[in-house]
Amino acid sequence: MPVEVESKRPVIDELGREVDELVVNIGPSHPSTHGVCRIIAHLDGEIVVKAEPVIGYLHRGIEKMAENRTYLQVVPLTDRLDYVGSMYANWAYCRAVERLADIRVPERAEYIRVIVCELQRIASHMMGVGASGADTGAATVFIYAFEVRERIVELFEELCGARLTYNYVRPGGVSADLPDGWIERCREVVRWAPDRLLELDRLFFGNYIAAERMKGIGVLSQSDAIAWGASGPTARASGVTFDIRKNDPYSVYPRIDFRVPVGENGDCFDRGRVKVLEAIESCRIVDQALEQIQPGPVAAEGLPRLLRPRAGDAYDHIESARGSLGVYLVSDGSPRPFRMHVRSPAFCNLQLLGLLARGHTVSDLVVILGSLDPVFGEVDR
Amino acid sequence: MTARSGESSLEYLQRKLCSVYPDLCPLFSIEFADGVLMVPRSVLHKAAEDLKEIGFERFGFVTAVDHGDDFELVYRLQSGTFGVGLFLKTEVPRCEAVMESLTDLWPAAGWQEREVYDMFGIEFRDHPDLRRILLPEDWVGYPLRKDYKDDSVIPRPDYI
Repeated sequence: MPVEVESKRPVIDELGREVDELVVNIGPSHPSTHGVCRIIAHLDGEIVVKAEPVIGYLHRGIEKMAENRTYLQVVPLTDRLDYVGSMYANWAYCRAVERLADIRVPERAEYIRVIVCELQRIASHMMGVGASGADTGAATVFIYAFEVRERIVELFEELCGARLTYNYVRPGGVSADLPDGWIERCREVVRWAPDRLLELDRLFFGNYIAAERMKGIGVLSQSDAIAWGASGPTARASGVTFDIRKNDPYSVYPRIDFRVPVGENGDCFDRGRVKVLEAIESCRIVDQALEQIQPGPVAAEGLPRLLRPRAGDAYDHIESARGSLGVYLVSDGSPRPFRMHVRSPAFCNLQLLGLLARGHTVSDLVVILGSLDPVFGEVDR
Repeated sequence: MTARSGESSLEYLQRKLCSVYPDLCPLFSIEFADGVLMVPRSVLHKAAEDLKEIGFERFGFVTAVDHGDDFELVYRLQSGTFGVGLFLKTEVPRCEAVMESLTDLWPAAGWQEREVYDMFGIEFRDHPDLRRILLPEDWVGYPLRKDYKDDSVIPRPDYI
């Protein structure tokens, strides 16, 4: 339970001098920060009075670089945003381009996008849950989670040759059709995975020690989740039912039957558990999409080599593993984007760290950061 | 008031907006299937407050676009009630790049306004903590401005 803290309370040291709280620097390169994030923690004893994330260590200026490249050349840059879930950034960017240039995507390509993105959700959540396990001292969870992730990454490798930065979703469709026998292998994985995920759920979230470690830690209320712009599993763990797949349906999601798991308490436990439940739902989505997919083209026909969309702007967003991922594009009619902005869910969710960590111990700070599941490629862009 | 049959979410939003806030009505337009509310700078904060009142409870993002003499500030608000998003836009002159902060309405705006300040040098009045966020504190210039120059920028050959 968090402790009530008063900021800047004078602390008296052993010589009777009045001293401020202790300021401890964590990071920027520390195993528990999941990337390069620095946290300035103001401590009163072991209690965090104030935690301030310092970000930008991975800033590569992708928004600026995009202004100097053609629309197609930007796709590999979007891979480097959320490198644990590259398919999402590819897709969000392509949707914005398609909206701007008025491109119709063939149905098979839409199904392939849904399949790869739901597989990506499982893979990404396994990274998040596995890392949460490692943060709380349960290294076994990491190994179990990565078994599932590895099977999916192998499927992606077969699909586009890459294991991390896929560059697979392209404006107008996807870069290549599914290889022979891929559907069967994919179906095998998504029918095998739910049992493993349930086992993982029992192993980690059913474990008394892990549950006690995470329950009541970093509680985010429903109203705070909305006001602070939280999205994805972070918001849903607090009981917010917002999911773009349901609330602003895109692609072929309306044809697929799935539930959106929602937590109750908004603590680290719920934020982790919602991810596992979501991954199980994703298996169902992929299974249904594999049943419904029909042969056909996988890329829009008659697209020019050099896209010159109308002058104007467009925004489109999708539900990524971390939340609402949106891309805002402004075009002046030239072959290069005039301006690209990425609405990054990891950036918005990380903003909550100071709010959530207040009153908890330093060791809880690490667990809270892990439960927010930030990917710093996307935070810093 | 509820949506009529055959009416799109955006049309319903337009009707509702016009009946509740008639002064915002002429500023609203539907462009490429997206609702846009283009307001003068002085009334942006009030317009955002009004929009929050009628159901735009989520702050999507804020960013800017450099148009030379003016910066266009683009806010995206999301509504569960209407099931749509909306652009709220305004123009800020380059010589006086100041805007009121929306952090009092949505704390979510905090980091994003810092990012706009960092990249465009637009100041947000009444922001609780307006500092650079992605770049180091001692960085000179605002990189996403179109006239930004830097020794480390390598010009890209124009091979199109």
